[in-house]
Amino acid sequence: MLWPRLARNLLRPPVTDAPVVPLPEVVAALRERMEAASMRRLGRSLAIRQVDAGSCNGCELEINALQNVAHDLERFGLRFVASPRHADVLLVTGPLTRNMAEALLRARAATPEPVWIVAAGDCAVDGGVFKGSYAVLGGVEAVLMPDLIIPGCPPSPTELLEGLVALVEANA
Amino acid sequence: MRAAKVLESGVIAPCMPWPRTVLDAAAWLRLREALASDPSLDLLALWGEPGFVHAAFLDIAAPRLWLASTAVEGGRVPALSPVRPGAALFERALHDLWGITAEGAVDARPWLDHGRWPVRAPLSPRPLSHSPAADPMEFLPAEGAGVHQIPVGPIHAGIIEPGHFRFHVQGETIVRLEARLGWTHKGTLSLLQGKSPRVAARFAARLSGDSTVAHSLAFARAAEAASGAEAPPRATALRAVMLELERLHNHLNDMGFIANDAAFAPLHAEAGLLREALLRAQHQAFGHRLMMDRVVPGGVAMDLSPEGQAAIEAALAGAAAGLPRLLRMYEGHASLQDRVLATGLLPPALVAAFAPGGVVGRAAGRAFDARMLTGEMADCPTQPGADVDARWRQRHAEALAAIARVRTLLAGLPPGPLTVSLGHGEAREGVALVEGFRGECLAWLALDEGGLIRAAFLRDPSWLHWPLLEAAVIGNIVADFPLINKSFNASYSGVDL
Repeated sequence: MLWPRLARNLLRPPVTDAPVVPLPEVVAALRERMEAASMRRLGRSLAIRQVDAGSCNGCELEINALQNVAHDLERFGLRFVASPRHADVLLVTGPLTRNMAEALLRARAATPEPVWIVAAGDCAVDGGVFKGSYAVLGGVEAVLMPDLIIPGCPPSPTELLEGLVALVEANA
Repeated sequence: MRAAKVLESGVIAPCMPWPRTVLDAAAWLRLREALASDPSLDLLALWGEPGFVHAAFLDIAAPRLWLASTAVEGGRVPALSPVRPGAALFERALHDLWGITAEGAVDARPWLDHGRWPVRAPLSPRPLSHSPAADPMEFLPAEGAGVHQIPVGPIHAGIIEPGHFRFHVQGETIVRLEARLGWTHKGTLSLLQGKSPRVAARFAARLSGDSTVAHSLAFARAAEAASGAEAPPRATALRAVMLELERLHNHLNDMGFIANDAAFAPLHAEAGLLREALLRAQHQAFGHRLMMDRVVPGGVAMDLSPEGQAAIEAALAGAAAGLPRLLRMYEGHASLQDRVLATGLLPPALVAAFAPGGVVGRAAGRAFDARMLTGEMADCPTQPGADVDARWRQRHAEALAAIARVRTLLAGLPPGPLTVSLGHGEAREGVALVEGFRGECLAWLALDEGGLIRAAFLRDPSWLHWPLLEAAVIGNIVADFPLINKSFNASYSGVDL
């Protein structure tokens, strides 16, 4: 008969032993080793989303030059990505124009935490020569607090690399 | 009636070296009528000043520049866009910056003003205060079965300037494109006012960073013309060297990026390396990779040392050896040729109507180069095609010519001083047209008795390239847009002002 056997199995405790509980110290130690290993293997990399918030395009020329074979920024684990949703860093140039402020804030809102804000170029630092214009809010910090500033008009690819590689080192 | 005849009938205002004629309201209408049937005058620019509207025309047969003005009556002036379609964007800017309405304009929608400034008509005599709020953007429609829209920007996927592109597509094919710019508007023209040309030069140098030498030079020459000063021969030669170097590094950049947008990376890598060597030599020779702020009103900011000259010559030798290699690579890959040939064709009727300058015009057979105005050049090479391929080849030919020109200039650099001081005393105006890598950069400025800028306008060639890009992409597939866009490489900041 099926029913008595089912009832017996439902009421009888299982023959399998109770699950073991690992020692919390062991779990913590292993997690630490795992994180260290993944940081070592995968962590030395940052995805950058560049946002021109009103520049004269001089900064863009030098940022583009980071990708040429002489500078080759990908060897440092740095790469440019098309969407802020894939980015660890927002690299912002230009005096922040009133016309671009909302777009910059929307790009920031689309970037997952944690995010580094880098202000590149004299204009992004404080508005540069365009400071005081009716059309300009000032530097990036008018709406977002930068974590790193890279001055220059425009900063050279080497200066940009120094700043960005410092971010990778700080992260690693 | 010839348009030039109408212009000759006006009252002459003292602008150097090309006088400006002031037309009354009736003569301005006669000018518009004459322009409708007389194709000899190309519209270069249209801009404002409190109480006036100014226009710059080019007669490439002469070749000469014409400046015309008319008084603004009741905040309005008859539009030129019905007879010169290139005037449309200028007229929209005229309204947004100076509060002047172009009556009968083909497009009355805002352009630079997105509603986000604390003022309306910031360059008018009495700007109105305004509480900033984003105005909704109205786009030109496209109708038909299966037509849908793709909005792109203002932030684009690559490392480029911001702009909004509204595509109407049917399947993969672009039916209509509209570019809406103004995002990088920095109020540059207002920042020029009340400053001396020496102080204001840094704004011209940052109108469009890639054309920093060309715009600085146009601005400096206009300031010198207005002040009755002439740059010393050594400064003139060094300026010409820097202008050609700027042309060369940008053409190398564009040739590489066009190939890159066709997913052909080796050419991009090779061109990028040649350009990088040039920028490093420019840094060694002129103390700045892009030579920003090196051309100043009155002359140049620094001399070229023998070591600097040697660095430039070495980089030029590299570029001269590399350019034929780039061409072989470009021509030797059928997959690349397939992408560029007959892509982004510019219809001849539109080339005639807009009269675009620079590579875009010359790659469509329009034989004009601003260096022909000053006698630096007798004629200029052109390409027939009017497609992406023609624009690539035009850049290649011009890059080779730039190398030859720099070598000639360096071989005969005259000695002497580097600057002259700009005198002042009477209110004067000056205008200059300089051939940058994109095309003609125009600068006009009016000085007051103290030698300070009363009004100014800086015109990038991109004003005429943007509407033509919109036309060139029609009928192409969306995937070819980046390629066509790169072959124009219009400046955003240069027209956003």
